[in-house]
Amino acid sequence: MTGIRKFIKQYGWSYLFILPSLLTFTIFTLAPVLWSLVISFQDYSLVRGGKWVTPIYANYVEAFTLLNGIFLIAIRNTVIYTLFTVIAAIGLGLILASLIQPLSNRLRTFFRAAYYLPAVTSALIIGLTWAYIFNAQWGFATYLTRMFGLPPIRWLSDPDIAFWSVVLSAVLTLPATAIVLFSAAMGAIPQEYYEAADLDGASPIQKWWNITVPLVKSTTLYLVVLYTIASFEVFERIYIMVPSGVGNSTQTIVTQIYNNGFKDFDFGIASAQAFVLFAMIALVAAFQFRVLRSDVEY
Amino acid sequence: MSSETTVLPKIADAPKPRFRLQGYAALRWIILIVTAVIALFPMYWLFANAFTPITSNPPLTPILIPAFKLDNFERLLVNNKFYMNWMLNSLIVAFVVTAFHAVFDTMAGYAFAKKRFPGRNLFFVLILSTLMIPIHVTFIPLYLINRQLGLIDSLWALILPGTAWVFGIFLMRQYIQTLPGELIDAAKIDGCSEWGVFRHVIFPLSLPAIAALAIFTFVRSWNDFLWPVIALNKPQNYTLTVGVANLQGEFMTDWGIIFSGAALAALPMIIFFLFFQKYFLEGVRMGALKG
Repeated sequence: MTGIRKFIKQYGWSYLFILPSLLTFTIFTLAPVLWSLVISFQDYSLVRGGKWVTPIYANYVEAFTLLNGIFLIAIRNTVIYTLFTVIAAIGLGLILASLIQPLSNRLRTFFRAAYYLPAVTSALIIGLTWAYIFNAQWGFATYLTRMFGLPPIRWLSDPDIAFWSVVLSAVLTLPATAIVLFSAAMGAIPQEYYEAADLDGASPIQKWWNITVPLVKSTTLYLVVLYTIASFEVFERIYIMVPSGVGNSTQTIVTQIYNNGFKDFDFGIASAQAFVLFAMIALVAAFQFRVLRSDVEY
Repeated sequence: MSSETTVLPKIADAPKPRFRLQGYAALRWIILIVTAVIALFPMYWLFANAFTPITSNPPLTPILIPAFKLDNFERLLVNNKFYMNWMLNSLIVAFVVTAFHAVFDTMAGYAFAKKRFPGRNLFFVLILSTLMIPIHVTFIPLYLINRQLGLIDSLWALILPGTAWVFGIFLMRQYIQTLPGELIDAAKIDGCSEWGVFRHVIFPLSLPAIAALAIFTFVRSWNDFLWPVIALNKPQNYTLTVGVANLQGEFMTDWGIIFSGAALAALPMIIFFLFFQKYFLEGVRMGALKG
């Protein structure tokens, strides 16, 4: 009895402090994940609940074979989208952060803010503005093609083009976080390195490639993972720019989860697809931990 | 820099290729200005359209200079009886979620940073492990739970799950770890209770981190879309993002209303950013936001 009392007296407050967070995580994250795993092996109906499917992995098979394998197209689209956005994010992030680095404090802050400003609005509204820019009648992109005498492009309704318009819009939405983080990382590089390179007569490009780029490697890695995961989860932009799916040519993993789960109410399939996404993200995270462990800081 | 080199000439100050530097400088400015225009143009164009009276299709020659008229906004608020509801709903959810985070994340962050108790590492790893989980995995069970509790179509469906965001705890733990432990001991010697230590020492000292956390939580909640679109069905219950996504279906031909609706939804966060820029960028540096 006294043992318990002593334990409570000593540790009770600690547990009380973490209790609200622990409860919300258990109820709204951990329990749902486990339940979702169960549902991914079930045929779930809102009326009569879940029933195990046979064979037990049937939902995972159906997730991939449904509608002639549309989920495979969705995965392919998601991977293509991710490749383009991640390469653009790292490339543009590195270049723009380097270019603002030598500016005065004031100008650097100005450009950082200008690049970051769009990122404070929701992905949905950014997607919406791009949908307007690509409007086939009065969109700004349509105006540009007309001005240059090009044939009209059905930016968001041609199944061969729509997905690439979305990718283009994502690439042109500059990587705000990457610019800010690279800029911070570059600010922390000791100035002596550059002075030493100056002594050797290195050109600005050489200095950039041999000093700046290698020394922000850990930031690069972090951003690759961050942007990869965010791109794997792309949804709003697709949802608002190409709501019809343009003959299923623009589906991504999350639009598939959303359509199967909350349009067709096929919870089993949607859960199975969500776990495929989970597995992909887990792979990326595992890769990050591996590389981080072998990473040498300067 | 230049004054320093005149005082202390170095070997490296042997003739520098001036013309090349100028070439670089010009290229630098071209790239910076072009990319800044690309970054800001979509939002600018949205606002230019929103502030120019348009009642059907916008003109084929894009509006680049706004007329600075509020006609569209007037029609938006008159013709769409729910717009103010949406804004209010977004505000309520964002404020409540932010308040929850400011208190609960700081409490948990404090415990993980400064207290020793059995299971501390286990609980911390448990909470951190949820960082990796795509939120999409949880939506179906969350929908079922909220449906069971009768919370679908109520703001509680957004508020309750919104209180679980692991990054806040991580951020607060990192910050509180840097606070000197002697302050806590001193407060205890002065007779502060455990809660008193938290309330009067830890919480006030953590305010800079809490401010960054609050800003990010608020923006995150305000901009959230996928879960709200699942959890809210009736137009009067929408949050702004969900409502704006549906404007086009409702006012198909009146683009002025659609532009102004989208612009007005983005405006609060833009103003917010312009005022608290420093906190935002500092928060990004701490890794609190992706975008």
